[in-house]
Amino acid sequence: MSQCRKRCKRQINKVARYFYRFLMGTLTQDSVEDDFELSTVCHRPESMDKLQEQTKFTKKELQVLYRGFKNECPSGVVNEENFKTIYSQFFPQGDSSMYAHFLFEAFDTNKNGSVSFEDFVFGLSIILRGTINDRLNWAFNLYDLNKDGCITKEEMLDIMKSIYDMMGKYTYPTMQDDTPREHVETFFQKMDRNKDGVVTIEEFIESCKKDENIMQSMQLFDNVI
Amino acid sequence: MAAGVAAWLPFARAAAIGWMPIANCPMPVAPRDNSRKQDELIILNVSGRRFQTWRTTLDRYPDTLLGSTEKDFFYNEETKEFFFDRDPDAFRSILNFYRTGKLHYPRHECISAYDEELIFFGIIPEIIGDCCYEEYKDRKRENLERLQDDQEENKDIKLPNMNFRETMWRAFENPHTSTMALVFYYVTGFFIAVSVITNVVETVPCGSTANHKDMPCGERYTVAFFCMDTACVMIFTVEYLMRLFAAPSRYRFMRSVMSIIDVVAILPYYIGLVMTNNEDVSGAFVTLRVFRVFRIFKFSRHSQGLRILGYTLKSCASELGFLLFSLTMAIIIFATVMFYAEKGSSSSKFTSIPASFWYTIVTMTTLGYGDMVPKTIAGKIFGSICSLSGVLVIALPVPVIVSNFSRIYHQNQRADKRRAQKKARLARIRISKSGSANAFLQSKRNGLLSELLELTGKEEDEQKLLKSPSLLETQHHHLLHCLEKTTAHEFVDEQLYEHNCLETALQTYRSSSPAIPDSPVTTCCGRRRERNHDEANTTLPCSHLVPSHQDPLLELSAFQMQRCDLRSHHASRSKLNLRTNDRISCKSGRITTAIISLPTPPALTPDGDSLHGPTLRRAPLPSGHQAATAGLQITTGSCSSNIVKVSAL
Repeated sequence: MSQCRKRCKRQINKVARYFYRFLMGTLTQDSVEDDFELSTVCHRPESMDKLQEQTKFTKKELQVLYRGFKNECPSGVVNEENFKTIYSQFFPQGDSSMYAHFLFEAFDTNKNGSVSFEDFVFGLSIILRGTINDRLNWAFNLYDLNKDGCITKEEMLDIMKSIYDMMGKYTYPTMQDDTPREHVETFFQKMDRNKDGVVTIEEFIESCKKDENIMQSMQLFDNVI
Repeated sequence: MAAGVAAWLPFARAAAIGWMPIANCPMPVAPRDNSRKQDELIILNVSGRRFQTWRTTLDRYPDTLLGSTEKDFFYNEETKEFFFDRDPDAFRSILNFYRTGKLHYPRHECISAYDEELIFFGIIPEIIGDCCYEEYKDRKRENLERLQDDQEENKDIKLPNMNFRETMWRAFENPHTSTMALVFYYVTGFFIAVSVITNVVETVPCGSTANHKDMPCGERYTVAFFCMDTACVMIFTVEYLMRLFAAPSRYRFMRSVMSIIDVVAILPYYIGLVMTNNEDVSGAFVTLRVFRVFRIFKFSRHSQGLRILGYTLKSCASELGFLLFSLTMAIIIFATVMFYAEKGSSSSKFTSIPASFWYTIVTMTTLGYGDMVPKTIAGKIFGSICSLSGVLVIALPVPVIVSNFSRIYHQNQRADKRRAQKKARLARIRISKSGSANAFLQSKRNGLLSELLELTGKEEDEQKLLKSPSLLETQHHHLLHCLEKTTAHEFVDEQLYEHNCLETALQTYRSSSPAIPDSPVTTCCGRRRERNHDEANTTLPCSHLVPSHQDPLLELSAFQMQRCDLRSHHASRSKLNLRTNDRISCKSGRITTAIISLPTPPALTPDGDSLHGPTLRRAPLPSGHQAATAGLQITTGSCSSNIVKVSAL
């Protein structure tokens, strides 16, 4: 009851303040102050030497990467919206937002909602300069949406759908509705050794190492930068 | 793909690791980046200001000058940089385009200069970012309007071969072009005023007569007014028919607003003539007389301000529409409210909602006649709210209309000012152009003199005479000379030409028409032949006489005049002739040509001459021409008399 009265009082207060501001002509002044908080986040990365120690990139490569990074994100950090926008520019036909979301989750290792240059470079270092094991680990991390150590069919289905979404509508042969699901089945058949419905990291790495195609495609990343 | 995110392509490719384990078939082979050269800094030297950027930055837009191999044309080997001889300030925004992917338009920059820079560097202006696009488009539109204004003014220049119809149309459209047009303009204006005043005075009570008191003048002096009306309508009809005849596109003219106004102005009279006898329609006929007031709109041909007003109203049509709509809404609302508020009160004037419309309109526009006033308290309250909101609703669209009017009016003022200044500007430009033309003529004379001096062997004088012109001038003059040779016409001084026209005009009055060949024959060899044969009246090469817009008759008479003079000097020339007889070349022909052609009208005026030679004295040749009777003395300012005589030959 007292809560009700408090709420009533607060409302009446708000209405009275509104009318006062309406009469004095200062109605819109409040909103200006609110906007200030959002955009002043800025981030500076660690020194190049430290980054060079921690990653496997040379100084020149770090320079190129940072210049590209800072060009798109002058404030030094990428938030998810920005990330999605940048990634979508590479896939104009389809909808890459879900996959970009998963990527963002994978890059954002400290889970603070933004990807700094260090996160960016660490991730790239693993993918482009890491060992096969590292790379497979990273991929597993990407698939494991809730980071519990195993990939369920639902998680895999989400990933699969996001990848197929990037293709868009105009494909040949035409995309069927159950294509992702079938693909997930194939995947699980290949990866799930003990047929328990989830894929653990050991199963994953083992099955991938046994697969010729996957091993070969992992070599692609050696020459990206 | 926006080039700005090209830097993130490695990231996108790395992110593809998520697809690898899922894929069932092998991936395609990755492209190898064989040119493993490091990203290098490029120096762009723009008029001394050095800009540096990465090569990859410029490579983002391969279909522009800087992004393609076209920039290699500007590469300077010694300094190992790309040199562009352009404006460094404008280059800033262009380089920023490569860096950020967005092209901005700097507001202080002139629009045509900026456009030129964009075209030079191969960037299409349409990619200007949204922040600057409005400004860019506005400035471009203004520039276009200014150019159109200039083009329209150029149309005022009389074209040589306009037939009667076109001349008449031009006279109608621009009364300032000829005196007749101006007279016509003022006469029609006067008659419009007379007609309007007649219409007004017609209804004034003119004093009483025996039968009726206070008759309007129209009924008292019927005949006089009728005559006046007839006269005005005659004039208007004649004017309309003449315009219709002269219009280049009659259909379009008949559809134009002014012609409709003209028709509406004169039609009631004719309808009245036809229908006076019929009693039934005479009532309608009386109503038709109302349309006579449209004659006042004919003034818009005479007044630019009226035209601007009309144009403003047309361009603010949406604002006016909004005003009307909002007023209507408010009127209906308040009329309803007032009606129901006043319904209770007895002897209320608010008998129905439409009746309340009148009150609402009068109150909202703050007129307040007072013929309808609310009596109940509720009515008074709503009436006051009505008048307060009326002020608001009417005040809102008015500034938009006013600003539109102001913009168009100022534009017109600027155009008028430009037109007024144009005369002075053109005069100054003409002077500087003729300076360069005279430089050519002077150098030609110098060339002649130098040749003659070669012939006569007076070397010292030659050195004294000539000041060496620059290489550019020499080459330019050589070019003009080649043109003269090609067309077999020559450049001559303007004053001389005008003098010539006067002379020939006088000549035609006096002399009988000689036997004239119809077609001018043009060769320089012809001239030589003529000199050699020394004939008086045979086919005179009229080659160097003027083309199209001059009467061959006039030219020939001038030539004849010359011929008489030349004959008198044949003796003194003979020596020269003998010497140069054997040298059959255009050079010698040039000598005689110079002699003969000096008094003749010019073939071409060197237009677009970019060189500004020294502004020479303009008057030597006319005086020389007058001396033709005496001895064809040509005085050039810098020459001694000795040499003059020789050249006169």
